[in-house]
Amino acid sequence: MAKEQIQYVTAPKVEDNRKKYCRFRKNGIKYIDYKDANFLLKFINDQGKVLPRRLTGTSLKFQRKVAQAVKRARHIGLLPYVTDSLK
Amino acid sequence: MQQYETVVILTPLLSEEAVKEAIAKFTKLLKDSGAEIIQEDNWGLKKLAYPIQKKTTGYYHLTEFKAPGDVINKLELELKRDERIMRFLTVSLDKHATVYNERKRGGAFNKKKPVVQETAEPVKAVKEAAE
Repeated sequence: MAKEQIQYVTAPKVEDNRKKYCRFRKNGIKYIDYKDANFLLKFINDQGKVLPRRLTGTSLKFQRKVAQAVKRARHIGLLPYVTDSLK
Repeated sequence: MQQYETVVILTPLLSEEAVKEAIAKFTKLLKDSGAEIIQEDNWGLKKLAYPIQKKTTGYYHLTEFKAPGDVINKLELELKRDERIMRFLTVSLDKHATVYNERKRGGAFNKKKPVVQETAEPVKAVKEAAE
């Protein structure tokens, strides 16, 4: 007979073994500069929204600082409040 | 005495001298009220991420200073009253921020350190995979 084929009801999860880490903890960065817009780009999506911790892996302590820095950068016109084509 | 830094954005309609004059006015105000200027940085004419007061560019100027807290109210009131200033932001600096600024002034990193590290690692990994 034909080979038995395994069919899954839901797609099997492909395990991603790379563990996320907080880049600030790892590299010993203690201050996030709001004037460095290029660096802050890593933490916002192409609409200019702050990315959640579950995507960037940032620890809670530094997520708060990232958010603060992004808000400051927006105020002084280094980052947009609303946009559709940031990246 | 707390350490602060202020970023001001001036209208692009001013000439270079007018910008310098406007900045000088505020540094004088700071010095007169007992502040100690640590650093000044002129970023020049920059494009804004979004229009402010219907203008798409602005002159950026950064001042870092040490001052007693009551100076800030006075400074911000003056900034608000000045029509040449489109936007300003005053931030008090904690100990990590002052260390960071000192290193930046000393030219310890032209580009921020983590950027270098982030890019360095994947390149290494690719090389190892190729071998």
